[in-house]
Amino acid sequence: MAVTVSIPTILRTHTGGEKSVSAAGTTLAEVIDDLENNHGGLKARLVKEGTLHRFVNVYVNDEDVRFSGGLAAEVKDGDNVTILPAVAGG
Amino acid sequence: MLVIRRDLVDAMVAHARRDHPDEACGVIAGPFGSDRPERFIEMENAERSPTFYRFDAAEQLKVWREMDANDEVPVVIYHSHTATEAYPSRTDISFAGEPEAHYVLVSTRDPIEHELRSYRIVDGVVTEEPVKIVES
Repeated sequence: MAVTVSIPTILRTHTGGEKSVSAAGTTLAEVIDDLENNHGGLKARLVKEGTLHRFVNVYVNDEDVRFSGGLAAEVKDGDNVTILPAVAGG
Repeated sequence: MLVIRRDLVDAMVAHARRDHPDEACGVIAGPFGSDRPERFIEMENAERSPTFYRFDAAEQLKVWREMDANDEVPVVIYHSHTATEAYPSRTDISFAGEPEAHYVLVSTRDPIEHELRSYRIVDGVVTEEPVKIVES
């Protein structure tokens, strides 16, 4: 089960500059664990205390996973996962 | 240094004034590698708050996709402060996720005179830069 993951500029230090990488898994949590195996340090930028960081947006095929189960969101072979840091502040 | 056309500055200030007292936010896209802001995009402040802003996640994805397709990057990311000076707040610094963008702050705390300043925010370090306004 391979998916394509788009990596934002700020996290590309973990992927050797790659804009998009492939990863395996049937849920977003598994995809992130697989990313971590190949690109150490990514998981800590995405997950905190077992949930997605509030200020990281993750989309599976353009759908915000916040509305489809968060880390439990299902992914299928060929899906596109996009990570975007939220643009936010005070 | 940020070099920016006057009509784009006017558009940011007008947006900030219109949404006052809530914070306004948006992006000015420009060609990849040019460092030249060109395409003005007002964003929804999903928080609708006088002290916080956040791009709507669905709108952000749509706009980021458009930029990708056009070979553009977010050259400027702007937002307003409606009661404080045009200087990045602690939350602005902790959430700054685009190290190559110019972060523009517009303060609307004075009803007549606005304040507009620009910064780089990289790894938690804020560096103010001059703003050169060119006639459109």
